[in-house]
Amino acid sequence: MSELLEKFHSQLEEFFKDRLISSVIYRDQITLEIDSTDVISVLTDLKINDDFKFEELIDLCGIDYLAYGKADWETQDTSSSGFSRGVSKGVHDDQLNKPARFAVNYHLLSLTHNRRLRVRAYIQGEPLRIDSAIELWSSADWLEREAFDLFGILFEGHPDLRRILTDYGFIGHPFRKDFPLEGNVEVRYDPDKKRVVYQPVTIKNRVLVPKVIRHDNRFDKPEIENQ
Amino acid sequence: MPEIRNMTMNFGPQHPAAHGVLRLVLEMDGEIIERADPHIGLLHRATEKLAENKPYNQSIGYMDRLDYVSMMCNEHAYVLAIEKLLGVTPPVRAQYIRVMFDEITRILNHLLWLGSHGLDIGAMTMFLYCFREREDLMDCYEAVSGTRMHATYYRPGGVYRDLPDSMPQYQTSQWKNDNDVAQLNANRQGSLLDYIESFTDRFPTCVDEYETLLTENRIWKQRTVGIGVVTPERAMSLGFTGPMLRGSGIEWDLRKKQPYEVYDQLDFDIPIGVNGDCYDRYLVRMEEFRQSNRIIKQCIDWLRANPGPVILDDHKITPPTREEMKDDMESLIHHFKLFTEGYCIPEGECYSAVEHPKGEFGIYLVSDGANKPYRLKIRAPGFAHLSSMNEMVKGHMLSDVVAVIGTQDIVFGEIDR
Repeated sequence: MSELLEKFHSQLEEFFKDRLISSVIYRDQITLEIDSTDVISVLTDLKINDDFKFEELIDLCGIDYLAYGKADWETQDTSSSGFSRGVSKGVHDDQLNKPARFAVNYHLLSLTHNRRLRVRAYIQGEPLRIDSAIELWSSADWLEREAFDLFGILFEGHPDLRRILTDYGFIGHPFRKDFPLEGNVEVRYDPDKKRVVYQPVTIKNRVLVPKVIRHDNRFDKPEIENQ
Repeated sequence: MPEIRNMTMNFGPQHPAAHGVLRLVLEMDGEIIERADPHIGLLHRATEKLAENKPYNQSIGYMDRLDYVSMMCNEHAYVLAIEKLLGVTPPVRAQYIRVMFDEITRILNHLLWLGSHGLDIGAMTMFLYCFREREDLMDCYEAVSGTRMHATYYRPGGVYRDLPDSMPQYQTSQWKNDNDVAQLNANRQGSLLDYIESFTDRFPTCVDEYETLLTENRIWKQRTVGIGVVTPERAMSLGFTGPMLRGSGIEWDLRKKQPYEVYDQLDFDIPIGVNGDCYDRYLVRMEEFRQSNRIIKQCIDWLRANPGPVILDDHKITPPTREEMKDDMESLIHHFKLFTEGYCIPEGECYSAVEHPKGEFGIYLVSDGANKPYRLKIRAPGFAHLSSMNEMVKGHMLSDVVAVIGTQDIVFGEIDR
């Protein structure tokens, strides 16, 4: 299995060598990283070329790398700062350890060759623009609407880019890492006005379990064995 | 001369045939559908965002609430993703238990589908028949996990506990006399495995019963044959998976093609359709009843013969037993760390998918090395199926919309997430 996978991986690298940012195999899955400007040309090749033939777009999702690798609670210097559970959350510096803050992940499936592939397109700049894959796979329709709704990524060429999951008239893109978990508005029934009203949230988010990153040396070994 | 305009009609979100909170805006030319625009998200709970703010194990319960008629299959995809990132494999007995409960879940899901699909297009009796059998399977859920629906039974590294040796019994009350109770308890005298076996022995007869009611029924055929036809090419482009894809004649089942757990050691067949209409998808799912039953039988035989551990002994991921925790300092520390902080998963990402009763249910998990997922994306099969609604109902009559919703096996828990 892994030999075949590596062969396929080198075949992909050879084919897309001028368009790839990087490509890795992790846990028997191949990820290709590309720039958003190449996305349609790469996906078209992946769909049409007989060696790849990815007939299905299984999934498409946005991802926001704003808080990637940043813990709420430093475990290295716990003794100096104390074991307080009073964690202040939401302070992020602008330092990213990824090529761009936003990316779109495409999960492709080839029924002919029984293979899966993940393609990640990083999106630079603001506003976030990327070409729509709807001409290639019809399933991109709702998936792109979802990514637009939740992350604010604009898919150019999409015929009907409306919000899909959030409320009618919703403001903001809730799955961005700087969008608060409890949201911005809440709804309740107002007995005086005799209708449902929107108001700023009155609840406060409590972090019960802080996000910590601990290095666990058990996981060093399998990596070496894999290679 | 008066101007003739298409009529726009709202179907749902409180329509019993909408299977939940589907708001369907239909543009009608007389009784013919010109355009269907499903509005979803009325049940959106931001499961993915919630999961990103919780340690890994605390989100297993959320998975049950996605597709709330096939609970354990959702959990399965989630724990598989965690296990893959951790690089651990559960004990073989746990894998058999999972496969057995996946298939029980498949029957549960298809029973609800058959009952409500039948009810929607005029076969009232089906609903009552299906819920009769569902009750027995719910009891299996209850016996093994303590709850009838939201089990939270699968855990990274295995399953929460081994199969119980005895079944809960009905008790005499002012509503049930001794005779009734004795009858109800007749097949509950042995272990859970005995109970499931007695179910698998009579279930094929039940499926025959359903089929005598529907398969050759003239009304049923008039309502389903030739309705919502999807060609294989379109099915692939629309992202169909599971029975929807197989109904269009494509031989694709993750249990066979990309086997996980112990599916490669079990003997079963994959039914496929020919025409890609509602009737073929009905036939495919009916055959899946029988095949799931076969798988469950094989699992029971194996589980009887092979006792053993059902969860890994690695207490960095799985909690120690209660006795150990009370007795041993190190176990107490493990217990405390697991339930306060959880475990950290090494940085990386993976996608794991299972053959869910509705199609391919996938979990895309990104970890940045923390005790919470960095990004969790749930690939719900129903989402792709519902997005094809416009294409499937265009040109059909209004009453066929109900048949198409039924055949897509829509559940809003997973679509809205």
